[in-house]
Formats: sequence, C-alpha cells, structure tokens
Amino acid sequence: MKEVILKPKEQPNIWLEAEVIKPDVFAGKGLKDIEALEIFYGSKKARFGDFFEVSGTASDKAEDVRIVIAGDVSRTKRVGEDMSAGEIIIKGSADMYVGARMKGGRIIVEGNADAFAGQQLAGGELIIKGNAGNYLGSSYRGDWRGMKGGVITVEGNAGGEIAEFMLGGKMHIKGSVGAFAGLHMKKGLIVIDGSAAGRVGAQMTGGSIVVNGRIASLLPGFKFEKKEKDIKIDGEEFMGIYSKYTGDHAERGASGVLYVRD
Amino acid sequence: MSIILKNGTVYDPLNGIDGEKKDILIEGGRIVDKVNERKATTIDCSNKVVMPGGIDIHSHIAGGKVNVGRCLRPEDHAKSVLPRTAITRSGSGFSTPSTFMTGYLYSRMGYTTVFTPAMPPLMARHTHEELHDIPMLDKAAYTLCDGNWFILKYLKNGEVEKCAAYIAWLLKATKGFVVKVTNPGGTEAWGWGRDCRSLDDVVPYFDISPRELIKGLVEVNELLHLPHSVHLHANNLGRLGNYATTLETFRIPKGKAANERQILQVTHAQFNSFGGDSWKNFESKADAIAKAINHSDSVIIDAGNVTLDETTTMTADGPLEYYLHSLSHLKWANRNIEMEAAPGVTPFVYSPKAATAAIQWAIGLELELLIRDPWKVLLSTDHPNGGPFIRYPRIIAWLMSRKYREKTISELNKAVNDRSTIHAVDREYSLYEIAVITRAGQAKALGISEEKGHLGVGAHADVAVYDIDASKLNGSEEIEKKFSSAAYTIKDGEIVVRNGEIIKTVDGRTYWVNPQVNEELEKEVMKDIEYNFKRYYSVNLANYPVGEEYLTRPAQVKIDTELG
Ligand SMILES: [Zn+2]
Repeated sequence: MKEVILKPKEQPNIWLEAEVIKPDVFAGKGLKDIEALEIFYGSKKARFGDFFEVSGTASDKAEDVRIVIAGDVSRTKRVGEDMSAGEIIIKGSADMYVGARMKGGRIIVEGNADAFAGQQLAGGELIIKGNAGNYLGSSYRGDWRGMKGGVITVEGNAGGEIAEFMLGGKMHIKGSVGAFAGLHMKKGLIVIDGSAAGRVGAQMTGGSIVVNGRIASLLPGFKFEKKEKDIKIDGEEFMGIYSKYTGDHAERGASGVLYVRD
Repeated sequence: MSIILKNGTVYDPLNGIDGEKKDILIEGGRIVDKVNERKATTIDCSNKVVMPGGIDIHSHIAGGKVNVGRCLRPEDHAKSVLPRTAITRSGSGFSTPSTFMTGYLYSRMGYTTVFTPAMPPLMARHTHEELHDIPMLDKAAYTLCDGNWFILKYLKNGEVEKCAAYIAWLLKATKGFVVKVTNPGGTEAWGWGRDCRSLDDVVPYFDISPRELIKGLVEVNELLHLPHSVHLHANNLGRLGNYATTLETFRIPKGKAANERQILQVTHAQFNSFGGDSWKNFESKADAIAKAINHSDSVIIDAGNVTLDETTTMTADGPLEYYLHSLSHLKWANRNIEMEAAPGVTPFVYSPKAATAAIQWAIGLELELLIRDPWKVLLSTDHPNGGPFIRYPRIIAWLMSRKYREKTISELNKAVNDRSTIHAVDREYSLYEIAVITRAGQAKALGISEEKGHLGVGAHADVAVYDIDASKLNGSEEIEKKFSSAAYTIKDGEIVVRNGEIIKTVDGRTYWVNPQVNEELEKEVMKDIEYNFKRYYSVNLANYPVGEEYLTRPAQVKIDTELG
C-alpha cells in the first residue's frame, strides 16, 4: 500500500467541501493532479492544493491507496464520501459527512467526527476514536433509507438520532449516546456500551439494540419479554444478564429487540 | 428578430406535413411566409428534425401540493442539483424540481407550453405566484371543480345554468383555463372519511353521484364553450379492477363539441386501466380501454406513463394518496382546503423488480400503441405521478423502438409477460406520430391549435429543432439523447436553447378564460357566492379573486357562451 500525505495548510475561515479526498479519486494521479483537483470553498470553487500540501505517491488501484491527513480538518466536510476502497487516516478531527455513503475500504478518524458521519453507509469500516456527532450512520434528511451495511465503531460518545432508519450492518458505540438511538431502525445491530438518553429504538420495526449501560427511560411501546443470560446476536456474544424487550409496538407488526444489561 | 430555419425535415401534423424538407420563416414572434433574407438569422437545419414546440397538457409544475411535495422530500432535491450560470438561476429536485429549474429543463427538451392541471381555487394566488417564477414556457392552470360545495349543490338541484355561471366566475376569479375534476364525489366524500367507489355511490350530505357530476360538468363546459373539454381524473384511480369504472365513465358523455373536439379527456388513463382483484393477480386492461377509445367520438385520454423511477405522487385525490401511503408505509401529507379540495402527497418507488410497477409501465405504452389514432392519446406521465417529465425522451424512444421495449422487458419483473400484452405489440411510432402526441394533438385537445402546436403562417413561433437525421434513425439511445437536448428551442421567435443549453431566458404567457354570462344570471349567482363566503369561507370575497398582475404576460381568452 502506498501513502499520500495531506498536510492541511491554514484552517479556512469558510468550510471546505472535499469529497475528492478518497482513494477512488487519488488512484493513478500524480501529486500535481491531486493538487489541481477542484473543491468547494463556501460557494466558490477552489484548488485543492491551496488548502493542502500533498506528498507521497498514489497507487494505480484505489484499494492500494492510503491517504493520511496529517492534522485537523474539522472545517473540511465530506472526506471519504462515496469511497469504495483503500484507506483514509485522519490524524485530527473531521467535519460533517465523513464517510457518507461509503461502500468499502476503511476510514479512521483519530479525533472527533461531526454530524452525519457514515450517513447511509453501505459497506466498509468507519472508526472514530474520539466522539461522533448527531445522526451518525443515519439516512439523508427526509429519506427512509439509512445505513445498510458495513461497520461503524466509536471509541467515545455519540450524539442523538444515531442509526436512524438503519437497514443493516453494525454500529458499536463504546461510550454513551443521545436520545433516539436506532430511531425507525429496521435491521442490523447497535451496541451501546455506555448509557443511552431516552427513546431508544423509537418506531423500530426490526433489528437489535444492546445497551450495556443504563437507559434514561424506556418507551411505552416496548414490552418486557424475559431475562436472558449471555446472549448471542448475529454470531456475537454478550456476557451478563440482560432484560429482553420487543418493540416498538407503536408500529404495526414490529419485531425489534432491545437488550438492556442488568 | 427574423429567423430562417433552412432546409429542415419538418413534422407539422396540424398542417399535414410529414417529414417534408422545407424552410420555416419567423418574424415578430410568429411564423410568417416571407422575411428579409439579408436581415434574418439563418440556421442550417439540413439533416435536422423541425417540429412545433412541445406542449404538455398535464404536468404538476405548480399549485399548493407541488410545494408540499418539495417540503416533504428534501432527499429528492439532494438527488438532482442544477448550478446557476451567468443567465440562469440554480435549482434542485428530481421529481419536483424548483420553479426556475422546471422552466429550463422543459425548454432544453424543446418544450414551449406546459399546463398545470390541479389548482384548488383557494390556492390560485399561490399557484400563479409559482407559475410566475417558471420561465421559458407558456402556462395555464386548471381550476379544481370536484369537491366544490357550490357545484355539488347546483348540480344536485338541477341548476345547470347557475352552475355554469358560478364556474364562469370561478375560472375568472382564479385565472384558470380548464374545468378539472378529480375523483368526482370521492374527494368530497373523503372529507367525511369516505370515498365514492362506483359511479352511483352518492356523496354524503350532498346526495349526488359521480355519474351525475360528470354529466353535469360536461354540460356546463359546453354551455360555456370553453377551449378545452372537461379534464377528468376518473373515479377509482389506482384501485384494483378499476378498468370497469373507466369504461363506464367513457360512456357518460355523448357527441362532440361544436368545434369538433372531444367533450371529455380522461387523464393519465394508465392509472385507470387496472384489472385483477388482488395485487397478486393485478393485470393490464389497457387493451379494453384502448378498444373503447378506438370506438369513441367523445372521449380522448392522455397516457400517464410510468417511467420506473422513484418519484413523488401528488393528486387532489385525497383518499387515493392515503391508500398509496398505506401500501408503501412511506411518509404522507394531506391537506384539506375548506369548501374546495383535499389533496395528498406521498413518495412512490416504481421498482422494475416489482410486478405492479412493471405492469403499470406496460399499460402506459400499451395505451399509446393500441389506440390506433394518435390524436386520441397524448403523451404524459402525469408528472411527477408516473415519473418526472425529464423522462419524456425515454418514452418517445420506447414508442419508436420495439427493440428498446424488449430490452426493458428483459430487465423487468416477469409478470409483465403474463399480465400485459406489451411483448406482443410490434407497432413503432413514426416521428410524425410523435409530433402528434407531444404537440399537435395536445394543442388540438386543448382548443389552442389556432396559434399553437403547428408551424403554419400566423402560429406562435414556438419551434423545436432536434439533431436527428430522419432518414437514418440510429437506435433508441440516440433518439432519447436527441429529444433530451434540443439543437434549438425557439420561443416566441427568439432562440432560447442551443445544443441543449439555455442561452436566453424569457417569460411565457399565462392563459386564462373569461366566459361571458348574462348579467341577470351572474347577479343571481353572486348572491349565493356572497352568502356562502360570509358564512363559510376563511377569506373575504374581495380577497379571493386573483388579479392579472400576478400573471406573466396574461393572455385572456374571452368567450361568447350559450348564456351570454
Ligand atoms: Zn395529475
């Protein structure tokens, strides 16, 4: 795997939209070509090289390209949007939509990620070592199709309405989450190691949510089924005693499952 | 500005011109027989097709519920974005493009006239404000007359002349062009939580049936000598087995209008050609519908093609939208507009893998291909209900190429083979026939063919030039591409599109009708109107009518009626 290193120059005073930062675009390009890429600086078009110092080499194949962003890009949106292969490592924080609609490959954000990270994720792996914002792995605004594949892992906490309209894949939050985790969820697995603010699984009709910490309050559409010891979901084991609920029975024919560890 | 379109292959069905090589001369916004050659701009149209500008008789481009659709579906807007240029504004929206973008997209396809078919009277001001922002096109709006309490009452009491005088007033007040009827009786019944499921199912409280409503409104329409016929979204639209209701509906009106046009247009008939009694045995009854139209002198249809896209459905048919929402479980919006209408909106995904969508796709094309006389079936998608208008070029390609249809069939749910006849239809449309269903026929059905939809001397200089060599049509892909991107679009004698790009923006006319009714009758009806406004409406009567100042280039059509 060959590396392309992007060193952010001065932080822009207006946000950048840089969906060009992905192996699919960099593959087979020389450094000059990468610097000449077009990005949006607010509503104006700008040259990529005006905001990033580019070094290293890009392979011809996207799957062999690793992009290392050597610094903070918390004012750069859409890093890795629509990427299908290869790797991006962000040494600082990323702005909104990092890894949105990603189909394959891997993104590691060493700092925090702002809202809508991994939006409508279809495949690949998104790892956020700091905290994630609201709508992690959610649908686009108004859409009824959220994340449908791949894996999102957050080492820190995540915001509200994460995994909204989830249709598949796995999301693991090692910290705590805001309200409405798994809103409208239909399939897939969400694991929350910390605690969850209220309304977990609101209007979920399928899929599973495991909460290892506490839930602020349970929605009335959830029905207690039984206590279970050492549960297994999609081949993954969770040790301990769990209360099993089904719901959200506010929806017709709902078959979602919520486990909360005692 | 004078223009000579030199040596094009001209398709002008209203003048019987079928692919003749000839020059079209333009001056002062009209087609003329002579121009000063030295001062004129000459465009070489050799090996290019020249047609009148496209006309769309039924496309939801404005009106309250189009905006509801836009608000309901930000995800639809993310899918299609048009950046601004030095002369055009930005826009967005795949199935419900924003106003300016709507004008540009139509113009790029060589369209010059588009009428919006559902304006609730109370939303008239808003509708005209939206139309005001749609450039490039001549426009008009159809006034919804179905769930209207005045009309229901007058027709129930057999007061046809009063009903006509009321409608004349309503058309003037709303600056409307056509009497539009949506699910007659059913939309009012929806206000009572019900629907009219047969032509003889009466409306609660008003005690009048859809059959009586249709009959009465056709009579009113012809008393008023309106340019277009009654424009009917028939009962039971979208319901299983509805073709029987449709056939019965076709039999209600008898005869032809004084000017030889149809007296009823059943719109987007695809949605009313359903057989079967469960979605498992849902099938096309397009053959029966086509046969009935082949034998009718009174009724024409537009197809309402399904284009196999994810789109937004929106109709004044409130109960239908609720029904669709209950099938799909997708989000849904509904409005109730006082004494007048109750439209609904919900997204819809016509997936090629779904049997229903595949069969609906077949029905639309079957109607166009099995109705022998192209003047009796107009091209439409009921935009955006069957699909967005930007797909017209693809429909044209399907109609012109059996091979293309076969290719599409091979990608569809197999049910399309057993439950429609599309695979067995070998007819292919000629360019002349395409010009009928997208231009000439539309103008004739609308009653505007004196000035529009043809290239004879005196007509408005609305012209489309396509980079198509009629002597060697090179397959469906090319047909679709060329019709998507006009070589030239000329609007009122000005070149507005070149090679599919907008090069000049212009404002079109807004047509409205002004039927003249004798003073005595008008006074009598005004008394009823004043009484009901005081009692039931949320607005003052004086604030209700929309003034011409809301219209771009208002084009009033003054009419002598039977009640003058
Ligand atoms: Zn319609």
